[in-house]
Amino acid sequence: MKTITIKLPDVGEGVTKAELVEWNVKIGDLVREDDVLGAVMTDKATVEIPSICAGKIVWLGGEIGDDIAVGADLIRIETEAVIKGAPVAEPPAAAQAVAATPAPDPAVAATGPAKDVTTPIQTSAPRPEGAPVLASPAVRGRARDAGIDLRQVKGSGPAGRITNQDLDAVFAATTATPVAAPRRTPQSGIVEEKIIGLRRKIAEAMSEANTRIPHITVVEEVDVTALENLRQTMNSARGERPKLTVLPYVVAAIVRAVADKPAMNAHFDDDTGVVRRFAGVHAGIATMTDKGLVVPVLRHAEARGLWDMAAEIARLSAAARDASARREDLSGSTITVTSLGPLGAIATTPIINRPEVAIVGVNRMQIRPHWDGSTFVPRKMMNISCSFDHRVIDGWDAAVFVNRLKTLLENPALIFIED
Amino acid sequence: MSDLTCKLLIIGAGPGGYVCAIRAGQLGLDTLVVDAAPPGGTCLNVGCIPSKALIHAADEFDRAKTFAAPNHLGITAAAPEIDLGKTIDWKDSIVARLNHGVTGLFKKHGVKLVQGRARLIDGKTVEVQGETGKTLIRCETLVLATGSAPVALPALPFGGPVISSTEALALRQVPNHLVVVGGGYIGLEIGTAYAKLGATVTVVEAAGSILPQYPANLTKPVAKRLVALGIKVHLNARATGLAPDGALLATIDGTDTALPADKILVTVGRRPVTAGFGLAELRLDMEGPFVKIDEMCRTSMRSVYAIGDITGEPMLAHRAMAQGEMVAELIAGHPRAWDKRAIPAVCFTDPEIVSVGLTHEQAQMAGHDIITGSFPFQASGRAMTTEREDGLIQIVARRDNHLILGLHGVGAGIAELSASFALAIEMAARIEDLAGTIHAHPTRSEAVQEAALAALGHALHI
Repeated sequence: MKTITIKLPDVGEGVTKAELVEWNVKIGDLVREDDVLGAVMTDKATVEIPSICAGKIVWLGGEIGDDIAVGADLIRIETEAVIKGAPVAEPPAAAQAVAATPAPDPAVAATGPAKDVTTPIQTSAPRPEGAPVLASPAVRGRARDAGIDLRQVKGSGPAGRITNQDLDAVFAATTATPVAAPRRTPQSGIVEEKIIGLRRKIAEAMSEANTRIPHITVVEEVDVTALENLRQTMNSARGERPKLTVLPYVVAAIVRAVADKPAMNAHFDDDTGVVRRFAGVHAGIATMTDKGLVVPVLRHAEARGLWDMAAEIARLSAAARDASARREDLSGSTITVTSLGPLGAIATTPIINRPEVAIVGVNRMQIRPHWDGSTFVPRKMMNISCSFDHRVIDGWDAAVFVNRLKTLLENPALIFIED
Repeated sequence: MSDLTCKLLIIGAGPGGYVCAIRAGQLGLDTLVVDAAPPGGTCLNVGCIPSKALIHAADEFDRAKTFAAPNHLGITAAAPEIDLGKTIDWKDSIVARLNHGVTGLFKKHGVKLVQGRARLIDGKTVEVQGETGKTLIRCETLVLATGSAPVALPALPFGGPVISSTEALALRQVPNHLVVVGGGYIGLEIGTAYAKLGATVTVVEAAGSILPQYPANLTKPVAKRLVALGIKVHLNARATGLAPDGALLATIDGTDTALPADKILVTVGRRPVTAGFGLAELRLDMEGPFVKIDEMCRTSMRSVYAIGDITGEPMLAHRAMAQGEMVAELIAGHPRAWDKRAIPAVCFTDPEIVSVGLTHEQAQMAGHDIITGSFPFQASGRAMTTEREDGLIQIVARRDNHLILGLHGVGAGIAELSASFALAIEMAARIEDLAGTIHAHPTRSEAVQEAALAALGHALHI
């Protein structure tokens, strides 16, 4: 009487672990050879684990729902059967001795010549421990460069050879969970790229803005818990309309805030020394495209509702990205909003879209602990980083404007209440 | 005393060291190599290359001799003579050309070569005693590639008539009587060459057969040819000393005998060069006489690698080269590890022996259930038309899935088959892969395909 261990077999496709989804046996059960003991599930399929001998179950390797690594002990059976190649659990010395004997692939041994075998996935046994991996030097090199352990890859070729196609399958299966990055290598070489087209325009505009405008940047923390609740409620009832992002709310808040501080919605023509304040709010929406930064313009934000703004922003950013934006979509902004979404950092120092005098940067939203006077409560917090042209806007006015934005965004009802 | 610094310092410019240096140079590593001798190591200066030059000259001379006697081909020529001094000059010119070639490759890839004798101070500092003085070299990474040297017998120290392979490859006169102590491949290669050049050659081997590490079916054609060349082989014989008249004293079958000799070539093996340059002070983990390495050729000391003959058997130039290349890439940050399945071994005896992978016996010892197939050159048209029908090709494969475990052969001029043997095993070929590949007719390589067919039970030409 001895105890043999059934390990989770290599279920192929580069799978390294599988979820235990079913036990058909419990400790103490008597099983016959080929009885289904349980099942594991990979991303691709549910695989039944058959018993390789008759005997009594003495140990189970996990609970339903557990992730089991390929090659890990799955089940132990007390048996009198003689199984070649199956590791005996006790004594350990015997287990090593058996494992060291190169056993023929059980699937092949059972059914005849290798070429005639269609091996169902359930019965594909792992390569005997310690047996060398069969693969051409090119395949081995490719695997090594990608950090793939070929011992975990099932070979579909003759004699279990791992082919390039087998590796392709691994690459395809692991795109979602990238494999360990190859080791770092020192790189030499310099790539020179001529700055042309849109990139050159951006470069010129940025350097003009940064050299000519003395920027003052104000960063303020905003509790957007209420705003987020509102947004969620509106989105859940949105029907066919595009989903609302934070951006329309920010634009709406800006519309309200510049009503109090019209100096922010202006152009400063520093060549002639004239500041032009605008009655309409034309919000530039800084948009990342493949070619670089583009600022399409949401016209007359003061005359639009939230849903309207959301639709227009969606249209503008799509047009900017596929380069179908018209000239009037890309010019005439009076104040600009810039947001990097989830990458938005804690704070930024936005550069003003000259000749405008103010830019509102939206930073990343995250849950932070907030002291409510007696305890810490989780609140959804978001910073806004706003830059102003310090030649025409004083720090005090800048701070008042940012504070007004904060108040509006923290109490979104204020945005919509008519005065 | 001047100081140098580099990223990678390689001790030894043999096949392992110089390949490592070239690859490192290609990868942009600041690399420096130290060697007391011209670059190329044992292989290029006193090993593979000089011996192949001598063997070639001996073969040509032997061929000319056959034309001076009645022959099948109907060729008549005068009895040839040889000026061995001139042959050696020609051999030296080839060695010099290759030394120059390696130096040129160093230059091309920005590798610095420091001539001198290295002494390790620690794992990152080496002192080099050159002709013009001492140089201290500091490095980030050290590669030990000091190679191996011929083993001397205590009873027969080198000197006088007792020579190693190094001196045997530089003799300017063919000795009348050459006694070779050690019937391994080095002794047989050189012994055969001198027999062809006209020496009376006697081989004294302690084991029960020549080339003891090879199976009998591979060594038998070689033994037969030795007899045909008039070489006397004493098996189970022990060299015991040198007689005052220069004869070799040996115990042959329990009887003390004196074998007359002008030169006694001792080729009883090679030992790794691990002493004389401060290696002991590094206290690296050893494995017997060799420096212990892992699958990345790392020693037990961080940033100290070892490659080539000091790291173990088989002591072959191409193993060292592959290690050197791998280590350079590792140091440059590439993911690499030793994953070779086969290291071909070739004896340039007459006929040549090629062995790749497991032999019949080794495969059985490893527990494999095997099938084999072989094809004799007697049945090869190409062999007949080149007047050399001795030898065979043998294939060893797993019975269950026909994976090729070994390819072996013995035959005239089959050293070049080592490439297809190694490729088959490295690519994890099955018998069917070789059997299904068209081999050009008429060539000796057809025997490879026929051996594969024989293993499958349907050889065509036998």
